[in-house]
Amino acid sequence: MTSSLRFFTYASPPRFYALAGRLIPWLFGLAGLVGLVGLYVGFFVAPTDATQGQAYRIIFIHVPAAWMSMLLYLVMAGWAAVGWAFNARLASMVARALAPTGTLFTVLALWTGALWGKPTWGAWWVWDARLTSELILLFLYLGYIALVESIDDTRRADYAGALLALVGAVNVPVIYFSVRWWNTLHQGASISMSAAPTMAHTMLSAMLLMTVAFWAYAFAVVFMRTRAIILERERDADWVLALARQRAGAGE
Amino acid sequence: MSCNGFIALAARDLRLAWRRPVDAWLAVVFFAVAASLFPLGVGPEPQTLRQIGGGVVWVCALLSTLLALNTLYTSDYNDGSLDQMLLSGHSLVLLAAAKALVHWVLTGLPLVVAGPVLGLMFDMSPRGLATLTLTLLLGTPVLSLLGSVGAALTLGLRSGGALLLLLVLPLCIPVLIFGAGAVSAVELGISPAGHLSILGALLLLALVGAPPAAAAALRISVL
Repeated sequence: MTSSLRFFTYASPPRFYALAGRLIPWLFGLAGLVGLVGLYVGFFVAPTDATQGQAYRIIFIHVPAAWMSMLLYLVMAGWAAVGWAFNARLASMVARALAPTGTLFTVLALWTGALWGKPTWGAWWVWDARLTSELILLFLYLGYIALVESIDDTRRADYAGALLALVGAVNVPVIYFSVRWWNTLHQGASISMSAAPTMAHTMLSAMLLMTVAFWAYAFAVVFMRTRAIILERERDADWVLALARQRAGAGE
Repeated sequence: MSCNGFIALAARDLRLAWRRPVDAWLAVVFFAVAASLFPLGVGPEPQTLRQIGGGVVWVCALLSTLLALNTLYTSDYNDGSLDQMLLSGHSLVLLAAAKALVHWVLTGLPLVVAGPVLGLMFDMSPRGLATLTLTLLLGTPVLSLLGSVGAALTLGLRSGGALLLLLVLPLCIPVLIFGAGAVSAVELGISPAGHLSILGALLLLALVGAPPAAAAALRISVL
C-alpha cells in the first residue's frame, strides 16, 4: 500500500471520498475542542483591554474569521485553477465546495466587525478600507457562486468559475494593501509579522486557538460538501452504485 | 489574427453599430437620466451637489457602461458568426481586444464627452470638470476591458444581464475609487496626480490582462 501511495493517490474521487469520510469526525472533534478552549481563554483568561474594556473580546472570532475569509478565497482560486489547468475533476469539486464556507466566514467577519464597531466607534458600519474590502470580498464570493450555479454544463461551470476566481484573486492583494493605501480609522493590523506582538500572550494564544478551530471546521465542512458533490457528479459510476446498494442492504 | 483582422473586425462592428445608432445612444441617455435623479433625491443645494458631483457622475458612468455590455458578444453568438470567428484560427486575444475597443468607442467615449456637461449641472469647478474628463478618459476603457471578460463568461446564460453586473461591478470598484477620488482631490485643492497615476496603472494592467482573460472565457463558453 505504502509503495503505491503517490502524490495523486487521493485525487481519485472514490479514494478521496473514503479518506474524507474517515477524517470528518476527527476534524469536527478538533474544531469543537480547540474552539471551546480558545473561547475559554479568550473570554475568561485574557486580560481586559485598557481602552476598549470587554468589547474587544469579539476579536477572538472576528480576526480568525477575516483571515479565513481571505485565505479560503485564495485556496478556492488555487484549486479552481488546478482543476482548469490539469483537468483535475476533484480539484474543481473542492473549489466549488469551498465557496459557501468562504462566504460564511466573510459574513461572520462583517457581522462581528459591526458588533465590535458599535461600542468602540459608535457606529455599526464605517466606510473604512478594510471593512469595505471585506464587503467586496463577499460580493466576489457571491458572484462566483451565482456564476457556477447558473451554468448547467458542469465543465463550463467549473472553468468559468476558475477564470472568475483567478480574476478576483488579483483583488485580494488589493484588499491587503488597501490598509496602507488609504488613511483609515481602523486600528492597524492586529498581528504584524515584522514587529513583536504588542498584545498580551494570552490574547494571542486565544486568537491562534480560534484560528486552528476555524481551520478544522473549514476542512470538515468542505470535505462533507465535496463528498456530496462527488456523489452527485459520479452518480452513474460503479463505485457509487455499489455504495448505494451497500447502504440499502445495511439499512434493511 | 493579424493587425488587418483586428482593424477589419473593429470596422465591421462599428459599421453595424452605425446602422443601429439607438444602441449606442441608449447608454449615454441612461447616463444622463440616472445622474439627473440624484439632485432630485438628495436636494438642490449647490454645496451638497458640488461635493457629490464627481462620485455621482462616476457611478452613473460605471452603470451605463456595464448595462451596454450584454450586447457585446450576444448578437454574434446568436447568429453564429462568433463560432465562425473562433473557428477561423485567428488570435482570440485580438478578437476580444477589438470587441472591447468597439464597446469603448460606442459607450465609453460618449460618456467622456457627456461627463463634463453633467458635471456642470452639479456646479463643479472648471478644474474639477477637466479632471473628471481626464479620469473618465483613463477609466472607462478599463470598464470596457473588464466588462468584456464578464460578457464572455456569461455568454448565452439565462440570467445573463443581472449576473454580468454582479460579476463585473466588484472588480470595477478600484476604478471608481480612484476616478471619483481624483475629482474630489481637485475640489479640495489637492493634486490629483497620485489618483491619475493609479488609474493609468489600472488601464495598463487591464490592457495586458483583460483580452487574454476574455479570450479564455470565450473558449470556455463557446467551445
